[in-house]
Amino acid sequence: MSKQQESDGQATAMGGLWKVSISPHLKSSESVEKIMWTVVACLVPPLILSVFVFGIQTLFITAVSVVSCVVVEAISQKTLGRKVTIKDGSAVLTGLLLAFVIPPGVSPLLPILAAVFAIYIGKHLLGGIGYNFFNPALLGRAFLLASFPVAMTSAWLSPVEGFGIFSYLGTSIDAVSTATPLAVMKEQGMVAFTNMFGSGASLYTSFFMGWRPGCIGETSGFLLLLGGLYLLYRGYITWHIPVSILGTIAFLSWVVGGETYFTGDPLLAILSGGALLGSFYMATDYVTSPSNKTGQLVFGICIGALTVLIRIKGGYPEGICYAILLMNPLSTVFDTWFKPKRFAPPVGGAK
Amino acid sequence: MKSLLTFPKGGTHPPEFKAQTQECGIEVMPVPDELELILGQHIGAPCEPTVSKREEVVEAGTIGEVKRGLGVPLHAPVAGKIKSIGVSAHPMRVSSPSVTIAVDHEAEAKKYEKQDWQSFDASELLAKVHDAGIIGVGGAGFPTHVKLKPPPNSPVDSLLLNGAECEPYITSDHRQMLEHGYEIVEGAKIILKILGINECHIGIENNKPDAIKKMTELAEQQSDGNCTLNVQALQVKYPQGSEKQLIQAITGRKVPAMALPAAVGVVVHNVSTAKAIYDAVVYSKPLYEKVVTIAGKGIARPANLQVKVGTKIKDIVEYLGGTQAGLAKIIMGGPMMGFAVSSLDIPVTKTTSAILFLSEDEIDTKPHSQCIRCGWCLEACPMGLEPKEIGIYVEANMAEDTEPFGVFDCFECGSCAYVCPAKRPLVQFIRLAKMKAKRPQ
Repeated sequence: MSKQQESDGQATAMGGLWKVSISPHLKSSESVEKIMWTVVACLVPPLILSVFVFGIQTLFITAVSVVSCVVVEAISQKTLGRKVTIKDGSAVLTGLLLAFVIPPGVSPLLPILAAVFAIYIGKHLLGGIGYNFFNPALLGRAFLLASFPVAMTSAWLSPVEGFGIFSYLGTSIDAVSTATPLAVMKEQGMVAFTNMFGSGASLYTSFFMGWRPGCIGETSGFLLLLGGLYLLYRGYITWHIPVSILGTIAFLSWVVGGETYFTGDPLLAILSGGALLGSFYMATDYVTSPSNKTGQLVFGICIGALTVLIRIKGGYPEGICYAILLMNPLSTVFDTWFKPKRFAPPVGGAK
Repeated sequence: MKSLLTFPKGGTHPPEFKAQTQECGIEVMPVPDELELILGQHIGAPCEPTVSKREEVVEAGTIGEVKRGLGVPLHAPVAGKIKSIGVSAHPMRVSSPSVTIAVDHEAEAKKYEKQDWQSFDASELLAKVHDAGIIGVGGAGFPTHVKLKPPPNSPVDSLLLNGAECEPYITSDHRQMLEHGYEIVEGAKIILKILGINECHIGIENNKPDAIKKMTELAEQQSDGNCTLNVQALQVKYPQGSEKQLIQAITGRKVPAMALPAAVGVVVHNVSTAKAIYDAVVYSKPLYEKVVTIAGKGIARPANLQVKVGTKIKDIVEYLGGTQAGLAKIIMGGPMMGFAVSSLDIPVTKTTSAILFLSEDEIDTKPHSQCIRCGWCLEACPMGLEPKEIGIYVEANMAEDTEPFGVFDCFECGSCAYVCPAKRPLVQFIRLAKMKAKRPQ
């Protein structure tokens, strides 16, 4: 603590009377904790909804994920000799996001393993918060997808009937698992998709409200969007990344996503496959996205394009997870390419 | 209604806290028993004392002069006897040579006669400004006569008076405009005559509507065939009172890095400096009094005090009824750019515009954490610099390599550190970087 105080210049004046430090002496009321906990709060409504869509075990999986992320963070920081900062909410947020991107029917062992990989290796071994160059939650998901491909691609649950939130308890996952909409579309074609999920306005409504198979975080577009708009309103995120990602996905899906050119369904493309969660909550992670606004736009467009490429040509139906992970380490590169505009260079040009 | 002007890039909106003192009229504080005058009041070489110990001095008598280099003379604010010539604590430079005067309370205050300044020509006016020891009283402390003599080939066409007062808490310029608006406007006309130009803009932030109204009326009355004065209402945004930002807000011109405002045809003076110029020219009165805002929850009675230069903080505290429990930090200047002091023995200088007594809940004491690269500092920086990178480099012991992030363009307004959610001491990092970084050739 004393070391921290010294580096803050908050040494106490002679006689223990007053504090002296370098200006400014005022700081805004915003803090890292406030930002993290606000984002966590924005993710609670979709979590509650998921209980009514998939049953109570989503809550269980989320709890396991959050607790293991917090515990791994505390142990990592302790063993690495760093200050334990679990109160700042960033591990809670990672846990929540991790739970949102894995199928709700998986074994609780999976989020625990993902937490170890994401928090210990993906975050703290790279230097801790601020220095991790991959989004920890997505890194956890990618790790699970590589290690448990069957569970991670089949443990999807159909929405429960009525309010039977306990109906999946005690049943074997294999008996109830189903496929996600984009997987159906990719593997079985548009006809099967329409048979299964309907078409037109009712399709959009059920996707927007969340009544369809998928992971917690990709079901309720409406609530995710609501939380995202709140973050925009608070100024914690700006429009640049979400709009450029969603715009690019919609545009490219319309151009190349259909049976022929210009017949794709842009609305379906952004309402499915976790595009909303990815663009508002994952790609906007401060640490792993560019700081400059121009850089953010380019970053978003690249993620959108990669998402569509993976969805159409790649092996995975969703795509945005790998698109973000592929772009994450380029953030700092973008920051060196796209620099803020200086007030005015010296006469005769810079340098 | 005319839309309000401001600078386009960066800036922040710290809470204003001006209500505490904006209704407090300027109050003349009785002279304490002893004044300590710092010989290095301004940028440039400090004065050398022209008096010796136990010598009697009269009010407005010269006690210090700059023998070589940039500078202005220093005057005795009162009649008295030189008690000592030694070293004083200094808010910015730790310590500085100083002259201590034991005040003669029996002596009568000096009477000044009013003169018609129109009869003087530009060089006489300029000499009077120099002889009165006037420096930029807004904070930087640059000798005013130097700014009034821009390099010969610079295309100066307008004068800007800075009444923005964008720092929280401070209301001394606000009160000066309300109570001495006429002197300020006349002072502006004197400056116009010295510079040989006829256009003056007075920039005032919109949180001072009474000052805008008063100055607008005066400016309209005083504008004539020879000069046009007008008041520009500005949006409330920190750091509007910074020279480069004010020039951009009012004229749209950008002062290049490492250049003076005269390069884009502008000369900027604080409104209180204009008042000092008026006193110097019309009354031949040197600058030795200062209006200082005393505010914060840590002082018994907040006020706008007119004090003699050299009055120590402890005398002000005593006059205002002492400090309050919970006082945590004393700042000379504003809370965004001012200096925290560790002693009440520090005297007021010509550039002191406020002394703030802040309680624990008014200041930030949270420890800082690692940079999360949110980029808020990039948005807040009015100069388009990258404070986060400078901070990360300094922490990694790579301060020498911070020049590409613009460390030498930083004027330490503190906007970046104000908005930083990780509470990082970015200004401190930048000061360190400025000392270690390699300057561009």
